[in-house]
Amino acid sequence: MIAPRAWHWPAAVALLLFVALAGLVFGVSTIPLSEIFAAITGGGDETTTTIVRTLRAPRVALAAMVGAALAMSGAALQGALRNSLAEPYLLGVSGGAAVGAVLAFGLGLQHTGSLAIPAFVGAIVAVGAALLVARAAGRAARGDPRTLLMAGVIIGAFANAVIMVALANSTSDTLRGSLWWMMGSVADASWAGALWLGLYLGVAGLALLRLAPEIDVLALGEEAAAALGSDVERATRTVFLVSALLAAATVAAAGLIGFVGLIVPHIVRAFGVRRHRRLIAGSAIVGGILVILADVVARTALPPAELPLGAVTALIGVPFFLVRLGRMR
Amino acid sequence: MIRFESVTVRYHGAASPAVDGASFAAADGGITALVGPNGSGKSTIVRALLGREPLESGRILLDGSDRGALKQRELARRVAVVPQREETVFPLEVREYVALGRYPYSRGLTSSPDDARAIQRAVERAEIAGLLQRRTDELSGGEWQRVRVARALAQETGMLVLDEPTTFLDIAHEMSLLELVHSLAAGGMAVLMVSHQLNLVARFASRMVLLSRGRVVADGAPVEVMDAATLEAVYDWPIVISRDAASGAPVLLPLRKR
Repeated sequence: MIAPRAWHWPAAVALLLFVALAGLVFGVSTIPLSEIFAAITGGGDETTTTIVRTLRAPRVALAAMVGAALAMSGAALQGALRNSLAEPYLLGVSGGAAVGAVLAFGLGLQHTGSLAIPAFVGAIVAVGAALLVARAAGRAARGDPRTLLMAGVIIGAFANAVIMVALANSTSDTLRGSLWWMMGSVADASWAGALWLGLYLGVAGLALLRLAPEIDVLALGEEAAAALGSDVERATRTVFLVSALLAAATVAAAGLIGFVGLIVPHIVRAFGVRRHRRLIAGSAIVGGILVILADVVARTALPPAELPLGAVTALIGVPFFLVRLGRMR
Repeated sequence: MIRFESVTVRYHGAASPAVDGASFAAADGGITALVGPNGSGKSTIVRALLGREPLESGRILLDGSDRGALKQRELARRVAVVPQREETVFPLEVREYVALGRYPYSRGLTSSPDDARAIQRAVERAEIAGLLQRRTDELSGGEWQRVRVARALAQETGMLVLDEPTTFLDIAHEMSLLELVHSLAAGGMAVLMVSHQLNLVARFASRMVLLSRGRVVADGAPVEVMDAATLEAVYDWPIVISRDAASGAPVLLPLRKR
């Protein structure tokens, strides 16, 4: 573990800006930095300006916010559940959100802002179901972090099955849209979509920062939290709801992107950040960095094809997950 | 003073109650030891005090106030509880951990000078100044228990409840912890301590409460409660009681079965 230093924070923000700039430069075609600045300041040629302003910039902004939202959600869920493997994707929250979004999409709802609502309902149903399944495992198994994880994986698999059934008779448009959700992507980013996610991120992100001291206390266990004055059930429920809202908003905006919420809080903890206010804030920055980078890889790894963003994060996340799981023995 | 009045607690779906009409009190200025065999209801009483198990009947009074009427934060400002179990999935630095004792007083995003003073005082009383930069997962069992007591002291309450604080501690650490708890009680705190170690608590407690199957079967000074016939009946094991030559405290010796 690295000792925490005051310069880590400005360095992380600088790295985020640097990576965001890289997100503007690299793509199907590489745009030199000078042209990027010209496009931003209004002095570039029309085509480059259009690419930078209406395609790449909203894409980078959306990727940063997706990363921030998923990482904040993961940091809060890990603390509240006292489970170092918790994250919205593995708990089935994102899968539930995708079911909500796909069903709403099939019914003709297409707007990111309004899709977040059915996605949120789906996420809440999923997290409730995962907790019920874990509870059914009995008192002894309930204390094992892997029990809830397994429940989440089962709920995620069920969510996938529901989506498949929903797609069985769907039109090609719905099918394409739904597949996009299941693989995760920020390729279709627009400023409107980014602003909607920004709105959800702003409200729910601030709520999580406000809840951070509660999460610090919940992380000690139910009895210790109650001894310190936490209304354990209410606090846990609130953290779940806000974390699920963040995850649902990312699903509505960019589909299923796994493992960001798992990896990022561990990276931030490696820098000696332990209390949840700093952990959640740090996770927002590092989450943004990670997803922008993953999107740059998705765009440039196998040109001219573009990889699904969710596949790139899974390729990084699965080995990380296995290492963490191994350490739990 | 912590007073339990005819407290009955029944786990969901259980035929018989885990605590059955228990009445006793932990007075200010002394250690009251709550003892009894496994499953006698000791930890259930602590969970009921914390509000983790609802009371079927009876009430718990904290300096005369009904615990049921107190919000959880208000409870934590009156009584500090060091539960038996605590999870350290995400370790903290000791200074961060002790600071969590100020959670019941937290408002908004900042901490107050009162918080800093309370933490400093708790650190001094528990004598853990040398541990502040360490991580909670790097502490020995004895250090960890002292740090947990320091966190409880940061709550600045007049009442302290400890659930099995000396489990897994070696002799020096358990004695050192009990000396600390004894000094806190001598300073005026009402201390309720759940323990399995009858010989140990008999030397420090001013009062012992013996539970069996959820009921109080003996309540009094250690010399009164440490009665061979009573303990043999409760623990279902042959026992002799002698006196410690140095302190005069009763000493229990379980016999080998022939």
